[in-house]
Amino acid sequence: MPRYAMVIDVEKCVGCMACVIACKKENKVAEGYFRTRVVEEVRGEFPNLRMELRSELCNHCEIAPCIDACPTRASHRAKDGTVQIDHKKCIGCKACILACPYDARYIRPDGTADKCTFCQHRLKEGKLPACVETCLGKSRIFGDLDDPESEVSKLLRTHDAAVRLEWAGTKPRIFYVNKRFPGGF
Amino acid sequence: MRWSRRDFLKVVAASGGIGVVGATQVDRLLGLGRKPEGKPVYVPTVCEMCFWRCGVMAKVVDGKVVKLDGHPAHPQSRGKLCARGHGGIGLLYDPDRLKHPLIRVGQRGEGKFKKASWDEALNYVAEKMLKIKETYGPESVALFTHGTISTYFVHLLWAYGSPNLGMPSYALCRGARDIAFKLTFGAPVGNPERVDLKNSKVIVLMGFHIGENAHNSMCQEFAEAVGKGATVIVVDPRFSTAASKAKYWLPIKPATDLALLLAWINVIITEGLYDREYVAKYTEGFEKLAEAVKEYTPQWAEKETDIPASLIIETARIMGKNKPSVLIHPGRHTAWYGDNTQRVRAIAILTALLGAYGRPGGIYLPPKNPLPYYGFGDFCGIPYPENQKPEIHKGPYPFTREEGVIPEIIKTTLTEKPYPIKGWLITGTNLIKSTPNQRDTIEAIKKLDLVVAVDMMPFDHVLYADVVLPECTYLERYDDIFVVKERSIGVALRQSVVNPMYDTKPGWWIAKELGVRLGLKEYFPYNDFEDFLKAKCEALGLNFEELKQKGYIEIPGTANPYINEASEFKFKTPSGKIELYSKQLEEAGFPPIPTYTRHEQPPKGYFRLIYGRVPVHTFSRTTNNPSLWELMKENAAWVNAKVAKQLRLKNGDYVVLVNQDGVKSNKVKLKVTERIRPDCVYVPHGFGSFSPMLKRAYLNGADDQQLITRYAVDPISGSVGMRVNFVKIEKA
Ligand code: SF4
Ligand code: SF4
Ligand code: SF4
Repeated sequence: MPRYAMVIDVEKCVGCMACVIACKKENKVAEGYFRTRVVEEVRGEFPNLRMELRSELCNHCEIAPCIDACPTRASHRAKDGTVQIDHKKCIGCKACILACPYDARYIRPDGTADKCTFCQHRLKEGKLPACVETCLGKSRIFGDLDDPESEVSKLLRTHDAAVRLEWAGTKPRIFYVNKRFPGGF
Repeated sequence: MRWSRRDFLKVVAASGGIGVVGATQVDRLLGLGRKPEGKPVYVPTVCEMCFWRCGVMAKVVDGKVVKLDGHPAHPQSRGKLCARGHGGIGLLYDPDRLKHPLIRVGQRGEGKFKKASWDEALNYVAEKMLKIKETYGPESVALFTHGTISTYFVHLLWAYGSPNLGMPSYALCRGARDIAFKLTFGAPVGNPERVDLKNSKVIVLMGFHIGENAHNSMCQEFAEAVGKGATVIVVDPRFSTAASKAKYWLPIKPATDLALLLAWINVIITEGLYDREYVAKYTEGFEKLAEAVKEYTPQWAEKETDIPASLIIETARIMGKNKPSVLIHPGRHTAWYGDNTQRVRAIAILTALLGAYGRPGGIYLPPKNPLPYYGFGDFCGIPYPENQKPEIHKGPYPFTREEGVIPEIIKTTLTEKPYPIKGWLITGTNLIKSTPNQRDTIEAIKKLDLVVAVDMMPFDHVLYADVVLPECTYLERYDDIFVVKERSIGVALRQSVVNPMYDTKPGWWIAKELGVRLGLKEYFPYNDFEDFLKAKCEALGLNFEELKQKGYIEIPGTANPYINEASEFKFKTPSGKIELYSKQLEEAGFPPIPTYTRHEQPPKGYFRLIYGRVPVHTFSRTTNNPSLWELMKENAAWVNAKVAKQLRLKNGDYVVLVNQDGVKSNKVKLKVTERIRPDCVYVPHGFGSFSPMLKRAYLNGADDQQLITRYAVDPISGSVGMRVNFVKIEKA
């Protein structure tokens, strides 16, 4: 079983938003909803400034509160280790949305919960997630943590990586490497 | 009647296209999302969401375009598309598209039209054009045009007998840059720019915001260079996305860029940081340059630019140390002030001093082009008629080009001097949003006997048209073959991915049908566009079928990026060398070496209006695109946080911008931010459409162009400086 993960090389994001719309088109995400976003965070005062552009999406947490919260087992861990939603089982109770500390989920127009799937359908065809494939900065890097030769494994071996809200204890599989501000943004 | 899937497939087969019926019909017939989906078909083509022209792979399922991805082999996409490229589907299925020809019934500007057939609409236009030709002469029709459609309409204009055309991409955008590089190196810097970003060790961006300016392969190479540790120096009154990647952000006082450039040149020369061998071998006029820039010391420049002299020296040394792999980006939109050519000349001169032209990490050389030029003129084989009257589109500017200076055409239309202009053909450009001083544009329109708009969307200018001819989108048409001049020569084909929706037609068809009605049939000797494309392929030695299948073909052995120092190298300037000192300029009565002139700064209570791009939109063209509108529905005016506090304004407040001539903007949200100097206001370009036919974009945000009532024309190139307007902020 692979352990899919994404490393965000923050420095290389050029803020082009290609990922955001490629995801929407690939997954036919309904109008008004997004499975991934690019957050802009600015620190300092003019003219001493720094800014981080940070891609955010479902963390496919190893310890996933959304799965625990789901009363129908619609939210589940798939064989490939990713966190998925079975829309046939979902009753739209929103328990997962409350449980997720990352604001990764939403209720789509058909009343069921939805979020990033790591483009599971593409992975099955041997393709990369849509956002990764089109990332102009090659800032989004995808791979298998169990493969020591994968780019994600190599990056995590050689760089300190951060995860969002580490204190939540969810063991995210989206890692952030910021070569510009290695000590943290 | 009930439709089975089989019946639908029969319809598809019968008409021989992939896509036959409109999207909404497809949805109705098949039920959107109802399984099973048909097998996807992939069609290679070329993007037109901006003018970078990336290669695209379009995925079509059941006659509907469902996804657009980057063509892996095309050097400008490299398997990726920008947000706008992915959002091309939104243009195709935008319900607000122009769907059939229209003829005006109300007043110009009211936007009241009646539906017409193509025959009616084309006959109407042809009749008026023939009348103008008879009464005033053919020169009295002018063409404003942008993009691929220009190929067909410039041909039509010239065949009809008028030289008067204006392309916004020249005087309102890149013109000064192309002229400056031509004067200095003998060749413009190209489109895509011949910037060797991926090999650069130092990247200098002056008011050029890569990332926000989402030109695909340029963004890719910039990120690659950043990842490899290139030192980025960003000169911008605004902390752009690129500035956040920079080691040095120099928040320059707007309008003083030339002072900084001259001071950098001064340091590079006085500290002996230039490439002596290169300068001796390839350039001319070094001594005169050294003499001329003596006065431009870093201490002097500090007072002009607000950048500490120590930082000017430090950044110049970094360039000197890393020569020749230094890229001082020549920019794209260089229409800022009245001395645009001289400013870009200074960039060119600095590039030359660092030995960075034709060297890794600087500006690479044009590829060797073995392909003959083959245009419409070659295809029809008849010369264009001689002009009877002098052309007016270039104005009095000695170094301007055929693409013309749009405000000159507008001025002539207003004054009728030296002769009246009575007809405007507007193809593929929203003239209202691209041209400064909207009042002049609208007044000029009142003088006309004929206004024709050929477009895909009912943009602002369409409201003023007598006749509207709906062009189909780039996903529904063939276009002329693109000769791609990146590091190598390649050819790319735009082909129809689906058949045209509604009663829309390709640009080549519209031009031909108009030509036929103007008695110019022999200039359009094709029935189907494939006739022309096949002839062109033959002339270029290409296989049309192969091109259709692959979408992009690279011509091997054409790359020639760097100067071969072993053999003699001649630049295409009169002297055969890089002209640091320009005799051509001198002879035309201009300073042969750039000199600094101070531009007016905003009076008290006013801010300089600066404008730029956002990554998810291309000017006003995409503001109504449902896919892209969703990402950004309106623009926001950026104001420095301290200034906002003084004015008691909060982030998200709606305000009105009022310019020095009392012109008021539409209401616009404030972005209160540390990321901008206190003396300017930044407005992303292209918003605030006043066309009610654009249901999403209508009156969303402010239109920067509306506030640009003043402009300063560069006397060398005719480039129209538009950053010379001041605004104050009032509560909405
Ligand atoms: S990010 Fe949220 S939705 Fe995704 S796995 Fe973690 S808890 Fe669940
Ligand atoms: S596609 Fe890549 S570079 Fe562009 S915004 Fe997304 S993460 Fe950043
Ligand atoms: S840069 Fe973007 S919009 Fe422009 S041609 Fe390429 S994909 Fe299309």
